[in-house]
Amino acid sequence: MSILVNSDTRVICQGITGSQGTAHCEQMLAYGTKVVGGVTPGKGGQTHLGLPVFNTVSKAVEETGANATMIMVPPPFAADSILEAIAAEIPLIVCITEGIPVIDMLKVKARLRQSRSVLIGPNCPGILTPDECKIGIMPQEIFLKGKVGIVSRSGTLTYEAVKETTDAGFGQSTCVGIGGDPVQGSSFVDMLKRFEDDPKTEAVVMVGEIGGTAEQDAAHYIRDHMDKPVISYIAGASAPAGQRMGHAGAIISGGGSTAAEKRKVLEECGVTVVDTAADIADGIKKATGWK
Amino acid sequence: MNLHEYQAKEIFKKYGLPVGEFEVSTKATGIGRAAYDLAPGPYAVKCQVHSGARGKAGGVKVVQTPAEAEAFAAKWLGRRLVTRQSGPHGKPVNKILIERAVKVQKEIYVSCAIDRAKAALVVLASPCGGMSIEEVAKQSPEKIFREEIDLLVGPEAFQGRELAYRLGLEGKQVNAFAKIYTGIVRMFLDNDLSLVEINPLVVTESGALQCLDAKINVDSYALYRHPELAEMDDPTQEDPRVATAVAAGFSYVPLEGTIGCLVNGAGLAMGTMDIIKNMGGTPANFLDVGGTATKDRVKEAFKVILEDPNVRCIMVNIFGGIVRCDMIAEGIKGAVEEIKTKVPVVVRLEGNHAQKGQEILTDCGLNIVPARDLRQAAALAVKTAAAQA
Repeated sequence: MSILVNSDTRVICQGITGSQGTAHCEQMLAYGTKVVGGVTPGKGGQTHLGLPVFNTVSKAVEETGANATMIMVPPPFAADSILEAIAAEIPLIVCITEGIPVIDMLKVKARLRQSRSVLIGPNCPGILTPDECKIGIMPQEIFLKGKVGIVSRSGTLTYEAVKETTDAGFGQSTCVGIGGDPVQGSSFVDMLKRFEDDPKTEAVVMVGEIGGTAEQDAAHYIRDHMDKPVISYIAGASAPAGQRMGHAGAIISGGGSTAAEKRKVLEECGVTVVDTAADIADGIKKATGWK
Repeated sequence: MNLHEYQAKEIFKKYGLPVGEFEVSTKATGIGRAAYDLAPGPYAVKCQVHSGARGKAGGVKVVQTPAEAEAFAAKWLGRRLVTRQSGPHGKPVNKILIERAVKVQKEIYVSCAIDRAKAALVVLASPCGGMSIEEVAKQSPEKIFREEIDLLVGPEAFQGRELAYRLGLEGKQVNAFAKIYTGIVRMFLDNDLSLVEINPLVVTESGALQCLDAKINVDSYALYRHPELAEMDDPTQEDPRVATAVAAGFSYVPLEGTIGCLVNGAGLAMGTMDIIKNMGGTPANFLDVGGTATKDRVKEAFKVILEDPNVRCIMVNIFGGIVRCDMIAEGIKGAVEEIKTKVPVVVRLEGNHAQKGQEILTDCGLNIVPARDLRQAAALAVKTAAAQA
């Protein structure tokens, strides 16, 4: 088991004929992911990377039986692509695109609430279940099939957590990057629920950062609903207030958004919080007793 | 992207929000003349900088005569205003706004913003105007009222009236407030803003409502579809190094420490700063070089980092995804060679072909120290920076 994706996941890519879409679909295929087609309006009927290209998502779903989509289109068209995927009732939508206007995302969220689709991202590295399925841009070489679930707001910092768990020999059940924007398709809580229910996941690493209060919501959820140990690192303890640290959502503004405030709440709720990304494996050992 | 108060007030006017008559000038004499135009006094004169808390820093003043207004402008124009929000170097004052001062009965707070946790557009209002909303949230959270906007319907006048009654407004003020409510929400949606804040919105002596201050932040992601707003950007309000870095496509935040950081990815860039600090060092900057660490981009990033005279050591931390680490190593080597810096560079490369990348840097004969992992890199950088001090 795993969460969200496994060897049965059939993926299409919206934007498959673009340079990014092409490069990453090649990697996904090389990893053994069942990429079954792509969508680029105007290029329907062509073949790309040996896969059929369709004009619309609904047609792609009808022809390929896809149950997941990866969106890799430029920001001005990304929200429209997500809405198209929702309309086609694709169960899992992963949006990699960075730079989607936040009002577009509010509209997407309003539509998502009326649908059964799950959106991961935007502005995220994607999702990967080792040896089964990769959707997105994560470097596959660092993964190891195993027992730790990873959920993160960051990209490269996610890889750091993956490497820590691989080097320690624990491996990953599934790794999800939920993205660094202020408005996200899925939250920490959404992913923690799935990890708690997944029999292959024995512990969870949550990588948070400054900005917003999603980590506090997660902390309360962990306290009230989770039995599995959760280890967390919150990036940005050294960040100054009021400055955006790269990610649109990573800014200390308003109550509760500093690393220290988040850490305090997490620790009160029984989460093992570590000081730096290089302490994640040690934190897991401490929380689980694993060697 | 932030706008100045005067720019925000121009937009307020377009949406029918009550703003007093004002003028803006880059010259003290211009402010003196504007005072005569607006007469009679007293006047409020206000430094136009991208920062809040201007009043406490002396950047806003009520004066009685045109001569005093002109003197205030002469004092501030060309200087930097340091507030508790502006950073230690402050922001340059290039323009002064002048308007007639009004007698105030009551100060109200109103804003339109995104509630991240609920992924909703909301309007917040509080009778505790004139102080920061964070303070109000701490001291008396029950005095913050909230309405959520249905994006399919837009702002509804009754929501505005609801807030008005809770704020204790009465008579004609209620509908006037409802108009302000619908105005700021429309403004937010039409222009892809990330914040509209009126603090304070005042009830004047005569009972009328007036927006004394106006703050607008624009969603930078949406500037491509608002060229008229993009033109309002005032790069003088940014540290010049930030402007250079942004032009080169980096996210960059200057800090006060001695270890320059060059990292791919925003989260890892913060993670790098954290581990430096954890090991007793101080980061000189946040810098996310973006997805591809090519030679030219590394060179540009080195230039930005080395503009800072406090930098004693540079820590490069690249977690290669699909890009091969040996290529990145060649890029770093080339950049150091071309830029001819004496500042030592600690490099940690992870990912594809990391071993080969390390070998390239080990034998390159330059002032580059390769590191095995994140912890060792940070320890080396802290040690190196301390030795250079």
